Amino acid sequence: MNGLSTALGHALRAAASLRWLGWGDGLVLVLGLLAVMVVARIGAGGGDDRVLIWQAGQVYAEASLRVNRLIEVPGPLGVTLVEIRDGQVRVRADPGYHQLCVRQGWLAPGETALCLPNRVSVQRGASAYDSLNY
Amino acid sequence: MTASTIELAVREQDRRVATYAAAAVGLTLAEAVIPLPIPGIKPGLANIVTLLVLVLFGWRMAAWVSLLRVVAGALLLGNFLTPAFVLSLSGTLASLITLALFRSLYPAFLGLVGLSVLAAFAHVGAQLMVVDLWLMPGVSLLPLAPLFLAAAWVTGLVNGLVAVRLLADAARGRVEDAPRTNAERVQRGLAP
Repeated sequence: MNGLSTALGHALRAAASLRWLGWGDGLVLVLGLLAVMVVARIGAGGGDDRVLIWQAGQVYAEASLRVNRLIEVPGPLGVTLVEIRDGQVRVRADPGYHQLCVRQGWLAPGETALCLPNRVSVQRGASAYDSLNY
Repeated sequence: MTASTIELAVREQDRRVATYAAAAVGLTLAEAVIPLPIPGIKPGLANIVTLLVLVLFGWRMAAWVSLLRVVAGALLLGNFLTPAFVLSLSGTLASLITLALFRSLYPAFLGLVGLSVLAAFAHVGAQLMVVDLWLMPGVSLLPLAPLFLAAAWVTGLVNGLVAVRLLADAARGRVEDAPRTNAERVQRGLAP
């Protein structure tokens, strides 16, 4: 990678000395590279792009944060509605009395929402089959 | 055989558009057979032709050449009116609009490389938007975007450098019927 960028630097300098590149071109190239890096920074979610939903002590569903969807999880009280949207997850509706898991809102990476009366839990950023859970 | 009653007057300009569009289609077909590791990332060699036509013969000619290239290339590759064609067309339109916007900066502030990189970003940006809004709504493309943008940066740079090199050849009279001097360009109404 380092060798590559050095080689690229040499090539660009050579191009500039041949008047193949003006300063406007250099500006566009630098800004373009910065834009790519900014988008890469925003896009990198740290790899925690999984959602794990448990119901009554068992894995009910495992989903990706990248696909928007609504998941209905049936429990003893009724249906808990889990919403995945724009790379985030929350419990949108729950039949429980206190609504704690709903009021928790969008989950941070690694966070878990518990809807105890309905025996549902939603965990962001975990896989069902890691070495401990398998 | 009866002679056709429809007379199509072919102007010098039409021949030129056809010639350059044919060159661009050739490059499109050639790069279609190159196996590439990631679908959707292509060198976009045909854009070299668009860039050259832009600075030699003006924006209208460049638009003709690249839109003809998109349609003819799609017909030959068999993906006319498929999603791939829509992606190709949207990217090309975005590039052409970008070139129209930044063209006045050439050659004082921006060279062919700058124009090429800007057009490449517009191309990829429009395609990502079409995929996001139409082809795969609800799927977050953000993790993939940097890959495509980085590819656009590299291909834009390389294509721009090739175009600069070819333009130097054109200035030495090695490109047929290209204006050699700025005076000639002004005379043909290609430069202010």
